[in-house]
Amino acid sequence: MDVPYIRSAFPFMREHPAARYLDSAAMTQVPDAVIDATVRALAERSNPHRGMYPLAERVTEAYESARSTVRRFIGARTPSEIVFTRNCTEAINIVARSWAQETLQAGDVVVLTVLEHHSNIVPWQQLASRIGVVLTWIDCDDAGVLDLDALDEVLVGGRVKLVSVTGLSNVLGVQPQLTEIIRRAHAVGARVCVDAAQLVAHQPVDVRALDCDFLAFSGYKLYGPTGIGVLYAKSELLASMPPVMGGGMMIQEVRRDGFIPADPPARFEAGTPPYVEAVGLAAAIDWLSQFSWQDVVAHERDVLAAALDELRSTPGVRILGPGKADAITGCISFTVDGVHPHDLTALLGERGYMLRAGHHCAQPLHRRLGIGASARIAIGIYNTEEDVRGLGAAIADAARTFAR
Amino acid sequence: MNLYADNILEHFRHPQCKGDVPGATVTREEINVGCGDTLTLHVKIADGCIAACGWEGTGCAISQAAMSMLAGELAGMSVDDARNLPPQRVRDLLGVPVGTRRLKCAFLCLHALKNALRTAAGQTPQSWEETLGLN
Ligand SMILES: Cc1ncc(COP(=O)(O)O)c(C=O)c1O
Repeated sequence: MDVPYIRSAFPFMREHPAARYLDSAAMTQVPDAVIDATVRALAERSNPHRGMYPLAERVTEAYESARSTVRRFIGARTPSEIVFTRNCTEAINIVARSWAQETLQAGDVVVLTVLEHHSNIVPWQQLASRIGVVLTWIDCDDAGVLDLDALDEVLVGGRVKLVSVTGLSNVLGVQPQLTEIIRRAHAVGARVCVDAAQLVAHQPVDVRALDCDFLAFSGYKLYGPTGIGVLYAKSELLASMPPVMGGGMMIQEVRRDGFIPADPPARFEAGTPPYVEAVGLAAAIDWLSQFSWQDVVAHERDVLAAALDELRSTPGVRILGPGKADAITGCISFTVDGVHPHDLTALLGERGYMLRAGHHCAQPLHRRLGIGASARIAIGIYNTEEDVRGLGAAIADAARTFAR
Repeated sequence: MNLYADNILEHFRHPQCKGDVPGATVTREEINVGCGDTLTLHVKIADGCIAACGWEGTGCAISQAAMSMLAGELAGMSVDDARNLPPQRVRDLLGVPVGTRRLKCAFLCLHALKNALRTAAGQTPQSWEETLGLN
């Protein structure tokens, strides 16, 4: 992997060569290719799927071509299985408000895991209070490994209709065994929704090989713009799902006495779509696709291994999760005795280390780990071992500052 | 300017007025949910004045130091003055610029104080907007 070449493609890295940006799980930086595509899309725009003049035609094609790029990226069967949303959260909410609300009955069970981000918890809690579905939680051990035996026990109960699970924890960096979870859920007729917000930037995803029923992610964690996300759903599911929002674009026909919804994906894209953002997301995917996943995965693993070494050699640091480089992807979280993560990361920030601290929108997981907050090292394709070097010493310094 | 100025670290390491207050008139806990900072403030009121105060808490250095500094000011203050204490007073005590992301850390102590006194007067707690002086 030619990391200097990669870094040179990012304005942020060029303008802040000394910055150690370690917050890519929250938001990645953006390469020139995405900025250029976005600027071009902004500079010559027209409303997609509206006009018949040549520009309108080009814009419509660019928007639909972005959809095809996403289809290829995650291995969906057809572009119509790709719904553009605002973000991962909106995508999961569509699954809850449309498919689940339409299909599930009071007493049906939705299975969640303790690893989930609030985005994959709250929509289901809202659904539970609307229609009386029951939420059942699968626990993990201290290494972040989900208790699949407990999953089996829940599944044999017979009322599980959906398992909604993260593809990659945004706190522990562990990957639930998706293939196994999906296989077991399908064996009892339950559907599986994958929150791939973190996964898509760090591992190849093939929805057909996985056989997941729904998958959701956001563009801005994938080197793309904000304001664009993706819902993938199998065509037969999308076909049965009612629209959530009403307005232009999502209809086939409107009369005084009612409307007929459009076919998917338009049915779920009410109003003028985020055309510029969709083009930017496609550019991000194209940019990322010039690298082999094997190289990306190996490189990121090396950087995380270096980060782990720094943490392990620092007294007072408690590493959350498995603490082994070959068991984590994308990020690693930790606490430091006697220092609140916000104080720690504020001090680290003064030294150029940009880490996020807090509950990372995963309060149930933090409660499970017996802590209120943690600090997180989250890497992207542009990080190097150099970015984490000295972090241990900086953490030790910060700990001394607050020592009582 | 360094957020972790010496006075803040000093109060964080050696907090003032920490502990229970025997015969406290009111005890009020406030939590900064976003950060997980918690402060529990005990206030003893006599003759319209704060006769004694003490507190317990966990959280970041800013939240804990601010509580320590504010608690040191309260003994002997009239309840009316305490109820009208402006957010600027906490800023003056801290003496460092408080950024948007740390507002609730810095003012959790004031929030606890205001709501302790409101509780003592049989009133409902006030909102964060009121504590921060935003309306
Ligand atoms: C695992 C996971 N799921 C969901 C989300 C929510 O993404 P968004 O805020 O873009 O909807 C995030 C973002 O932090 C995440 O890390």
